[in-house]
Amino acid sequence: MSGVTIRNLGKAFPKEDGTMTQALEGVNLDIRDEEFICLVGPSGCGKTTLLRIIAGLETATTGSVIVDGRAVTGPDPKRGMVFQEYSLFPWRRVVDNVAFGLEMRGVGKEERRKTADHYIEMVGLSQFRDAYPYELSGGMRQRVAIARALANDPDVLLMDEPFGALDAQTRNRMQKELLSLWEKTKKTIVFVTHSVDEAVYLSDRIVVLAPRPGTVRESITIPWPRPRDRTSAEFAEVRRRVLRMIDESESAQ
Amino acid sequence: MNQQTQKRLLGIASLAVVAIIWQIIAEYVVGRSFILPSVTDVAGAFANLLGSGTLLADTLVSLEHFGIGLIAAFLLGVPIGILMGWFRIGDYLLDPIIEILRPIPPLAWIPFAIIWFGLTTQAAGFVIFAGAFFPILTATYSGFRDVPKVFVEAGKVLGCDTSLELIRYVALPAAIPGIASGIRIAMGVGWMCLVAAEMFGVSNYGLGYQLWHNYYLHQMPNVVVYMLILGLTGLIIDRIFRNYVERQLLRWRAGEVA
Ligand SMILES: Nc1ncnc2c1ncn2[C@@H]1O[C@H](COP(=O)(O)OP(=O)(O)O)[C@@H](O)[C@H]1O
Ligand SMILES: [Mg+2]
Repeated sequence: MSGVTIRNLGKAFPKEDGTMTQALEGVNLDIRDEEFICLVGPSGCGKTTLLRIIAGLETATTGSVIVDGRAVTGPDPKRGMVFQEYSLFPWRRVVDNVAFGLEMRGVGKEERRKTADHYIEMVGLSQFRDAYPYELSGGMRQRVAIARALANDPDVLLMDEPFGALDAQTRNRMQKELLSLWEKTKKTIVFVTHSVDEAVYLSDRIVVLAPRPGTVRESITIPWPRPRDRTSAEFAEVRRRVLRMIDESESAQ
Repeated sequence: MNQQTQKRLLGIASLAVVAIIWQIIAEYVVGRSFILPSVTDVAGAFANLLGSGTLLADTLVSLEHFGIGLIAAFLLGVPIGILMGWFRIGDYLLDPIIEILRPIPPLAWIPFAIIWFGLTTQAAGFVIFAGAFFPILTATYSGFRDVPKVFVEAGKVLGCDTSLELIRYVALPAAIPGIASGIRIAMGVGWMCLVAAEMFGVSNYGLGYQLWHNYYLHQMPNVVVYMLILGLTGLIIDRIFRNYVERQLLRWRAGEVA
């Protein structure tokens, strides 16, 4: 069991002028084990902040995040993170990037390379195992970043607009690959995106956040089997609904 | 003819022209070896010094002074740079001390170098240390300051739970290019300090000492020999270091560094 329970979560950042920015307020969310959740909402509504609090990279001002029955107090390899910007260590080859978490846990060289190779194969980059990150395209780098997070065998995989910088074609392919990884590994995934299309294509449930302060506005379950047809009428209908919600919450400002 | 050979040939040609002009001016315009030794005077002096065997010995002594100073600067500069660049408390505590010491020209340490260490290898090494320490410290400091935040956070999320682990596995590798350029600058400064330290009598051996000693003896062709060897050795040290850094440490960088 590795669901995520978020209770009455709030986060305020101090501003230059001494006042506070209320980035999140009263956020309640229950994420089931093995659920694929997408967080969407207008820019600045606190998606990244929420994800970073779940990761333990940021501490909440109020409320709590419980993962697997334990309150989150700091970063932990049990909650893997794929960052928006390129976060591979440029001085490590692909295989040693993927093996990094295992190395920190003290796993021996042979064994950690074997595990790393397994995940590198899973993301289809076996022939690049000895390459340095600068030799890889943007899509390949994010695949390595995913493999690196998975190699720690986390309970929850947190992803912050991981495909945001990729071209449309690469992006579509990455979405397909992510779904097949998710089906293979059965991780709980919390995925932040600004693309509603991506959210409808990927998730079991779309959580729409409203800004200032960031709160959960709506939670939309998408029960359809995958792979989903982006051109179907029901797909367009849900996309329209979510977009309208985001628009309304933005213009309500 | 490819570009590489063209570059070589033209380089050699230009050196040859300078040597010829130098020879003509020295022999027919100036006419006094004391004021401007000619190319042939210098070549003769070089052959003599080479024969006497002191040239190699003095070069080795100078390299020893240089090595002592640089290794000491590295062993102190990198850890102190890490303390100041990574820990805010370290920065607040050490910064005032460093700011007071840094502007003191390294050669101003020569009197104390002699008083503390006598006319020893360590005294010369100390002056070189005084010159090489700050570039290494500063480069390490900025290297650690500028580690991209996302690397540090990735390290934390992947299981680095102590500062020591983050420094060793994330910050230090990220800072290596910066530290390497700092060392390169430090070597340049250190080499200059070496000559001055030896000239000012911190040592009774070495290229700088011999340069000054031959000036007293009015052996100007010898002085030119030592000048050229100082330049050449400095150049070779720099090249070796740069090649080493690029091949061994920075294979992961697409561009050129240092
Ligand atoms: N480290 C920070 N310091 C101050 N304010 C921040 C910080 N991080 C985020 N914020 C503020 O919190 C709000 C939410 O930001 P963020 O979570 O990045 O939104 P999103 O990812 O949805 O675009 C914004 O108003 C942003 O300016
Ligand atoms: Mg964001």
